[in-house]
Amino acid sequence: MKLTNRSAQINRDPMTFGEKIYLPAIAKGLSITVGHIFKKKATVQYPEEKRPFSPVFRGLHILNRDEQGRERCTACGLCALACPAEAITMEAAERKAGEENLYREEKYAAKYEINMLRCIFCGLCEEACPKDAVYLSETVMPTHYSRSSFIYKKEDLLIAHPHKQESK
Amino acid sequence: MQLDIAFIIEKVLLISVILLGSLGIAMYATWAERKVAAVMQDRRGPNRAGFMGLLQPMADGLKLFFKEEIIPDRSTRFLFILGPALAMLTAVMTSAVVPWGPDIVTENGVISLQVADINIGILFIFGVVSLGVYGVMLGGWASNNKFSLLSSIRAASQAISYELAMGLSLVAMLMMTGSLSLREIVEQQHGFWDGGYFTWNFFKQPLGFFIFLTCAFAELNRAPFDLPECESELNMGYHQEYSSMKLGFYLFAEYINLFISSTVIATLFFGGYNFPFMDQVAASVSPVLFAIICVLTLLTKAICIILFFMFIRWTLPRFRYDQLMRLGWKSLIPLALVNMVITGAVILWVIK
Repeated sequence: MKLTNRSAQINRDPMTFGEKIYLPAIAKGLSITVGHIFKKKATVQYPEEKRPFSPVFRGLHILNRDEQGRERCTACGLCALACPAEAITMEAAERKAGEENLYREEKYAAKYEINMLRCIFCGLCEEACPKDAVYLSETVMPTHYSRSSFIYKKEDLLIAHPHKQESK
Repeated sequence: MQLDIAFIIEKVLLISVILLGSLGIAMYATWAERKVAAVMQDRRGPNRAGFMGLLQPMADGLKLFFKEEIIPDRSTRFLFILGPALAMLTAVMTSAVVPWGPDIVTENGVISLQVADINIGILFIFGVVSLGVYGVMLGGWASNNKFSLLSSIRAASQAISYELAMGLSLVAMLMMTGSLSLREIVEQQHGFWDGGYFTWNFFKQPLGFFIFLTCAFAELNRAPFDLPECESELNMGYHQEYSSMKLGFYLFAEYINLFISSTVIATLFFGGYNFPFMDQVAASVSPVLFAIICVLTLLTKAICIILFFMFIRWTLPRFRYDQLMRLGWKSLIPLALVNMVITGAVILWVIK
């Protein structure tokens, strides 16, 4: 009984003389493989030549600063709450007098860690952030030798200070 | 007996050049093989070490040198080492009788571009090639590994079966040339066109050429007849227990064999160092330059045949063992016999 109409009948006739001496088949095979020599290669020569990322690519996290170089993060914990992989932890601290040029609001993240081994790069932290502080950049996650170096501290995540960079 | 120092120096120089040349070509044959495989499969192949990956063979060779040398505890130590040595020895020995170019006639004498012009050149090649089986056989047996042994038995039976057809296909050609000396066979193929027909043996013995070529594939243990190293059945075949440069010797010997057998095919069937209009060229340039052109001609032919071997390797799937034996014994040997009869008839009644 036929279950589908996709089965094909196999030709089990004995081979003809032309098939038996193999040579026509070999010539045909050679024409195919030699033809492939002149085909365009699909390979992208990676370190020299990079494919552009998709506009929705989600890579390594960064912590943003505002125009004056103050940290935007207020340690509200919404990113940690949104994180399905529970990769983000933080500790909040109160801004002291004289630290107005460092932190934008009265509360800031004294500690901010993302465990990149847990992170699934879903981008929910980016969506949850009310202060536009955490972003997923277009950088591919680099590799490390130890597990501990996969835990990114605040210093690893913060982008460079815009004014300090200029003065350098 | 008086020793002819100049003669010895000349031969030693020639041998060193041939040895180094065939080693170099074998090295770059590995590179070419990877490159051919890559471009046939729409890849790029080695392109990191040097321009177009040209330093890749050096890197591979160095890697093999610096690997740990392992000799298995239960192996037969002496034979285990003798195996790759023999494979290498037989591979380079065949180059002795190949005429690489015409004699260079100078005021001081004649310089021959052939190490030994012996009158049984082809027979010598056959003898040495059969010895090559010992390299594989000893290596496989001394490894004390069932897969290696199976593989070497396969290699031996394959080589013996195909040597028969190879010899028979050559007999027909030798009936036409009337000589076993490679130098004489090449001289008979002088130029390209003479007396209303091609001089190259390929046009006189097309069937013999195809049989010889098929057998050469089998003798070289190359795809589609690379059953001795059939990794899906025998892991790596007879070189499974080998490491470091001993493995390198086996692999290297294979590529030297590839080069030498391509040269022999070029010599026997494609006129060796002869090329069309060679008389006109010989009249207009100096003998040394002419000899260089001839050597380059032979090398070009050999490289074309090497490339053909590679194209075939990356085109055809491996034969099954029974298919291999059936092709050898039931097709090629009768075909070679028929070829002999036809050649005999042509010589008797047509050429006279």
